[in-house]
Amino acid sequence: MTGERTPILDVRGLTVALPAGLDRPYAVENFDLSVHRKEIVCLVGESGSGKSVAASAVMGLLPKGVLRIVGGSIRLAGQDITAVGENQLCALRGDRMAMVFQEPLTALNPVMTVGNQIAEVILLHRRDMSRAAIDARVMELLADVHLPSPETLKRAYPHQLSGGQRQRVMIAMALALEPALIIADEPTTALDVTTQAQILKLFRELLEKHDSGVLLITHDFGVVAEVANQVLVMQHGRVVEQGAPKAILKAPQHPYTRALIDAVPTFRFREERSAVDAPALEVENLRLVYRNRSFFGVRRETVALDDVSFTLAPGETLGVVGESGSGKTSLAKCLMRFETPDSGQIRIGGRSIADMHGAELRRFRRRIQMVFQDPYKSLNPRRTIGQSLTEGPVQHGLVRDKAVARAAGLLETVGLNPNAMERYPHEFSGGQRQRICIARALAMEPDIIVADEPVSALDVSVQAQVLELFETLRRRIGFAMVFITHDLRVASNICDRVAVMQKGRVVEIGRTEQVFRAPKDPYTISLLAAVPGGLELAA
Amino acid sequence: MRSSSIQGRLGEMLRVARSGPVLVGGLLLLVVIVTAIGAEHVATFDPMQIKPRLRLRAPDGTYWFGTDALGRDVFSRVLYGGKVSLLVGALAAAVGAVVGTVIGLVAGAFRTLDSVVMRIMDGVMAIPSVLLAVAMVSLIGPSMTTIVAAISFSEIPRVTRLVRSVVLTVREETYVQAAEGVGLPKPLVLYRHILPSCMAPLVVQTTYMFAAAILAEAVLGFLGVGFPPDIPTWGNILAEGRSVFQRAPWTIIFPGLFLAVTVLAVNILGDGLRDRLDPKLSRVAKVSA
Repeated sequence: MTGERTPILDVRGLTVALPAGLDRPYAVENFDLSVHRKEIVCLVGESGSGKSVAASAVMGLLPKGVLRIVGGSIRLAGQDITAVGENQLCALRGDRMAMVFQEPLTALNPVMTVGNQIAEVILLHRRDMSRAAIDARVMELLADVHLPSPETLKRAYPHQLSGGQRQRVMIAMALALEPALIIADEPTTALDVTTQAQILKLFRELLEKHDSGVLLITHDFGVVAEVANQVLVMQHGRVVEQGAPKAILKAPQHPYTRALIDAVPTFRFREERSAVDAPALEVENLRLVYRNRSFFGVRRETVALDDVSFTLAPGETLGVVGESGSGKTSLAKCLMRFETPDSGQIRIGGRSIADMHGAELRRFRRRIQMVFQDPYKSLNPRRTIGQSLTEGPVQHGLVRDKAVARAAGLLETVGLNPNAMERYPHEFSGGQRQRICIARALAMEPDIIVADEPVSALDVSVQAQVLELFETLRRRIGFAMVFITHDLRVASNICDRVAVMQKGRVVEIGRTEQVFRAPKDPYTISLLAAVPGGLELAA
Repeated sequence: MRSSSIQGRLGEMLRVARSGPVLVGGLLLLVVIVTAIGAEHVATFDPMQIKPRLRLRAPDGTYWFGTDALGRDVFSRVLYGGKVSLLVGALAAAVGAVVGTVIGLVAGAFRTLDSVVMRIMDGVMAIPSVLLAVAMVSLIGPSMTTIVAAISFSEIPRVTRLVRSVVLTVREETYVQAAEGVGLPKPLVLYRHILPSCMAPLVVQTTYMFAAAILAEAVLGFLGVGFPPDIPTWGNILAEGRSVFQRAPWTIIFPGLFLAVTVLAVNILGDGLRDRLDPKLSRVAKVSA
C-alpha cells in the first residue's frame, strides 16, 4: 500500500505435516503469503482450514512432536526463521513479531497488573532501558490504544477490565516493541459488535502510526470488508483464492469462497404475520437480581433483568438482541425457570410458571424447551444420542419404544441418519450436534423453544444450514420461538419481531424490519452502525 | 445400544490395566488377597494351636516365619491375619465411599443443605481418626461391625469433600441444565448425569482409603482396642510380638512386612489409576488443524 515493496513477511511453499492417520496428510500445503508494511492481510477460512496452523508456524509456536514444517521458507524481514534455533526465535517473538489472541482473558496473566505485563515485554527485550523510560513507554502505549485514564488502568488487573479493554491491552503489548509484524488470531470474535468495530478501527489507525504489517485471521467476511488490504481464502490447508477484498467480495471465483460469502447472513426481513389473539407466552414486569451473598449478608446486587415485558404469539419468532451483559441469557434462564425471578409474571398458555415448584414445574417443563449455545457442552459425553433424546419423553410417561421411534423420526427430520441413536456425541461435528440438540428439544413436543445463541459457536456455512433448519421446522411444526442472538443480521433473517436489550431492560421492541430500518433508541442505532460490513439492507 | 457401551467399558478397562503402576500394584495386591483367601490351603499349621515347647523358635524349614511367645506358627497366623485385615480394609473403604458419596452428592446438589452438612463434616475431620475409633470401640465393644464403622466414620468427610467438589463443577455444565430442562427430577439428574463424573476420582480415593483402613485396623490391634487377642489380625500379631521383639524379631518383622507390602501395593495401584483415569494427566496432545 506504500511505496516500499519489500515484504516484511514472505512465506513461500510452506507445508506443515499432520500426524499419520488423520483425514489429510498436511495441515497446510504449499502456502504462499506476503505481508507489507502498513498492510492488513486477512486469512479467511472455517475451522480446520489450516489458517491458525499457518500463523503458528510463522510464530514458531507449532505443538512439538505433533505438527512439523516439512517444506518451504518463512522470511521475516529477509531472515529465514525456519532455520533459526529456539533462542533466536524467542528473541524474534515480541521484538520483530507479536501475536494478539482470540480470548484476551486467558491470554493475560490474572495475577499481574496490566501495566506490569506490558513492562515485562519491554524489559525482556530491552534490558538497557531505565524503569522510568519503560513506565513512560507503557503510558504511551495505553494512550495509543485509546484506553481511558492510563494512569489508573495500568494498575488494574485483567478481571477488572471489560473484554474490549483487555483486547486493547493485548494490542498494546503486541505494539510494545514496535514489531514489524503483528499476527492477530480472531482478535474480535469474543467481543461484542460495537467493541469489534472499535477494535478494527484501532488496528487501521495504529498501522498508520506504527510502521507494522498485520496478518489477521478471521472467519468473518464482515471483518474482511472492514479492514483488509488483501485476502487469502483457505480450505483444507490450501489457499483457494486471493486478491483485493473488494474484488473477492464482489466476484468470488472459487466455489468455496462463493459459498462462504453466501453464508454470511445479510439483512433480510420476513413478511408480516397476521395478528393472533391468544399469546403462547406472556412476560410481565420481569425482574431478576443476582445477589453476591457472604457470611455477613448480601454483599453486592446485580440487576440482570429489570421490568421486562413482552408477548409471543403461537408460531411467532421473537428475537432478543443486545451485547453481552445485557441480560439476554438471564431472560432465557428465567423463561426456562432455571432461575426464579424476583418479581413479575411468566405465563405459558395463560398459566403462570414464575412461582411453580417441584413436580408441578417438572410436568410443565415439557411445554418450553431450550437449545443451548455450545453444542459441544450441551450433550452428556457419556450417554448415547438415543439415551439423550429419549430420557425426556420417557420421564413424561411415553413408552420407551414409542420414544425411540419418535427420536429416530426426529433425527431424520433434522437431517441425520437414525443410526446416530447408538453413537456418542464426540463422533459428531458441531453442526450435527446442534441438530441433535434441536431434535432433543423437539422430542418433548413443546409449544415454545428458547434458543440461546444457537449458531454463534458454528462456522458460517454450518450456521446458515442450522438457521434454515430452524425456519423449516418452525413452519412445519409451528412452535413459537424466543431466539437470542448478538448478530443483528441473523436476527433479521429469522425473527418476526425483535426486542433490543440493554443493561437488563428492553429498550426497543417491534417488527424486525421496522426496528432495524427506523430505529428509535440511540442504543439500537449504535448496534446497527457497528455491524461489520455496514448496513447492507436488502429488501 | 447396550453392547457398544459394554465394549467401550471393556476397552477402557484394558487401557487402564496396561499402565505399569496399575499392573504392578494390582498383581502384588492380588497375591496378598489370594494367599489370604486360600489361607486354609496355604497355611502350614493351625494358627490357633498353642505349642509351649516350641516357643519363640527362629524361622527354619518347618516354621518358615518362626513361632511366637505361645509357640504358634507365625506364617500361618500372618496368612489368616491377612484375611481379617483385608476384609476390614475393603469393608471400611466401601462403607466410607458409599456413605461419603451420598452425602457429597446431597451437599453439592442442594445449596440449602450444603453449609450445614459441610460444617458437620469439618467437625468430624477435626477429631483425630484413631482417637475417634478408640472411643467408639471402647464404648460399643470390639466387633467387625464396630471396627469397620469406627474406621470408615473418619474417612467419610474426605469422600464427601471430593464428591461435593466434583458435583459443584459438573452441575454447572450445560448438559446437566439440559437434563433438568426436559423435566428430570433432581435425584435422577444426580444419578445419570453427575455421578458418572465422580467415578474416576472416587475409585482412586477408595484405594487410598483401603490402605488407610488396613493400617488403622493394625493400629487399633496394636493399641489393644481392636479384635480380641485370640483372632489373628496383622495388628494383633504385631501387638503380641511387641513384648518379645528383642528376643524374637521375626514375630514383628514378617507381619509388618506383609502389612507394608499390601499398603504399598494399594497405594501404587491408586497412583496408577489416578494417572490413567484423570484425563488431564493421561490425554495425548490434541491435534488442532
